[in-house]
Amino acid sequence: MSLMKTTATTLALTLVSTAAFARDNVQVAGSSTVLPYAAIVAEAFGENFEFPTPVVESGGSSAGLKRFCEGVGENTIDIANASRKIKSKEVKACAEAGVTNIIEVRIGYDGIVFASDINGNSFEFTPADWYLALAAETPKDGAMVANTTASWSAVNPAFPDQPIQAFIPGTKHGTREVFEEKVILAGCEESGAMAQIMEINGGDEDAAEGTCMAIRTDGRSVDIDGDYTETLARIQADANGIGVFGLAFYENNTDKLQVATMSGVQPTTDSIAAGDYPVSRPLYFYIKADHIGVVPGVKEFAEFFVSDDMAGPDGPLAEYGLVSDPALAEVQETVTNEVVMNK
Amino acid sequence: MSYPSNSLLRVDDRIRKRNAAETRFKAYGITAIVIAVLALAVLLTSVLGSGLSAFRQTYLTVNVQLPEAKLDKSGVRDPAVMRKVTTIGYASLLRDGLLDTMQDAGITTQMSKKDVAKLISKEAPATVRNHVLANPEVIGTTMTFDLLAQGRIDGFFKGRVTLESAALDGNTSPEALMLAQELKEAGLLETRLNWDFLIAPDASDQRPEAAGLGVAILGSLYMMLVVLVLALPIGVASSIYLEEFAPKNRWTDLIEVNISNLAAVPSIVYGILGLAIFINFMELNQSSPLVGGLVLTLMTLPTIIISTRASLKSVPPSIRDAALGVGASKMQAVFHHVLPLAAPGILTGTIIGLAQALGETAPLLLIGMVAFVREYPAAFSPDAGLFGEASTALPVQIYNWTQRADPGFVERASGAIITLLVFLFIMNIIAIMLRRKFERRW
Repeated sequence: MSLMKTTATTLALTLVSTAAFARDNVQVAGSSTVLPYAAIVAEAFGENFEFPTPVVESGGSSAGLKRFCEGVGENTIDIANASRKIKSKEVKACAEAGVTNIIEVRIGYDGIVFASDINGNSFEFTPADWYLALAAETPKDGAMVANTTASWSAVNPAFPDQPIQAFIPGTKHGTREVFEEKVILAGCEESGAMAQIMEINGGDEDAAEGTCMAIRTDGRSVDIDGDYTETLARIQADANGIGVFGLAFYENNTDKLQVATMSGVQPTTDSIAAGDYPVSRPLYFYIKADHIGVVPGVKEFAEFFVSDDMAGPDGPLAEYGLVSDPALAEVQETVTNEVVMNK
Repeated sequence: MSYPSNSLLRVDDRIRKRNAAETRFKAYGITAIVIAVLALAVLLTSVLGSGLSAFRQTYLTVNVQLPEAKLDKSGVRDPAVMRKVTTIGYASLLRDGLLDTMQDAGITTQMSKKDVAKLISKEAPATVRNHVLANPEVIGTTMTFDLLAQGRIDGFFKGRVTLESAALDGNTSPEALMLAQELKEAGLLETRLNWDFLIAPDASDQRPEAAGLGVAILGSLYMMLVVLVLALPIGVASSIYLEEFAPKNRWTDLIEVNISNLAAVPSIVYGILGLAIFINFMELNQSSPLVGGLVLTLMTLPTIIISTRASLKSVPPSIRDAALGVGASKMQAVFHHVLPLAAPGILTGTIIGLAQALGETAPLLLIGMVAFVREYPAAFSPDAGLFGEASTALPVQIYNWTQRADPGFVERASGAIITLLVFLFIMNIIAIMLRRKFERRW
């Protein structure tokens, strides 16, 4: 009857292990943009501190914040990474699950760049060029007409006659929101299309913004739901393609990609820190204050993350492509004093 | 020679047509096989071509001074004081060590000290620091270390990085590659076999050269143990009952249909189920091999049940009848005679089920196993329980590495694919050998 015995023992063991156990490592999840930075910090943290290396998962800002807001306790994550600010809807969901004390930490800025194959044509874009190339409908003689522009030279006579083929982040990415707001919407206003659309729809600004940000779906613009590696592969397969990347990804692949300027500014960590390069966004992580002192190392990890050694202008994160936060000292204070967000 | 008109040997039009049809069919078959073999060959060449180099790694030989004034201000080898020197402090020692080593070998360069230091992997300071903390007596001496070279330098000696691409690359420069070449000629730099790829834990995006499969292999091993220990007894017990004891009625028919259905359910569904039951309801640890193993058990059970029932069915009824005829009880007949005869088939089915589970990625994505984990998970710990510590698994590590920005991870991902294929190959070979050795035909 050894078979029966084995089965019984296994079942018993399984039942024993269902009791909730304590966790001694910090658990982080969220944005895939923040993931490389969090991994670099986690690695250095594990090397230099007596705490185990934190576990960092990716999955996207929204997914991370959703898990963050599941409640307080050992089987929920301690820190959520996000490439955008937490939404009031998410704060509310958090509060309903008992997560009321959230510390918001801004780690720095991320630039969003437009890059194409290194052997292809060079571009000097303005947001208006992108709006005219990718908008679903553009205003013409007092009516909205579908965008049929096929070549970059039709968008701007200064550009070469290259077919329009853009690879932009899919809607689940935080990067897409930034792209729509800071490039397409800005271009819509810049080109004067916004004013014309408001004339056509009778002055409804919200509707006009929505019309502006609708991206054409005739195949000239392709949504990439995967990571930047997929965008890179698509550009390598199609030399006419122009892709949207994070600055850090571009800086690690400068031998394959060439970057376009935006409104005459070359994207670098310096031009983004100075505010000259227009398309950038802050990166955050959110700490569950109730886990400080319960899960060992949460506060130490957060303090180490925003320390000058890591997130400072000469630290490894800046070297990897993070634009260091000019107000880092304030952020450090927020973490040290455990200042929670206003409810 | 001619045959009579009704002879079978006479080749008339109809026979010619039938023969031609047969030849055509053979040609189709051969074409199909050639296509399959070609596809496999293309897959293997591309994976082996880009992945075999992951098993080799470039190391620098550096003499490093370990001054007491810097590493142990207390002078009494107090671990608490020694730990205060971080890897940043050690990095400057390594830079000076490399410059000294170059000077001794008579190598000069126009590059700045900072750029020369970039030849050394960011992992190296941690290697030296751990060595010093473990052996405090080396403080005050000069030691020779074999340190990992930066990923781009490693890529240069593997043909991934060229002088042309380096000129465009922000992380290295043609001068750095030339310097590395000189170091190699002086015998201070070597590309050699790298077992660390199979043993070391994952590394962050800045150090592709240090990334290894250690945690992933351990995690996969734990999960396979959980699957084996749970799925084999449950699967075999349920098949024996269904096949030998259960009455044939509407209920058992229903169960049978459902088992067949479960075998065809997409694996991601088991991930959703696992997240809901094991993590949210039972509150087991996320990213733990225990949860991964439980989910894969659910997925593997139908495969094992179906193959076990098939091998029980293939044992001829005469064996059972003979056992019962000499007075054995039904249970004795099953356990003493039928089960041993069916065992090779059961084992084969189990191994194939395990191989399937080993390569499964989708359900693991949902239970938090796609993570950056550097700590080796312990099989048992008082805090996290049995198999409760966070880990990754081989297939999700591949998925993870293909998403990294540094091109060095392409090689790592292909290397991990090779490792996974080798494991699957071994498991399938064992299954075939068991079948060959113990199979009985009636």
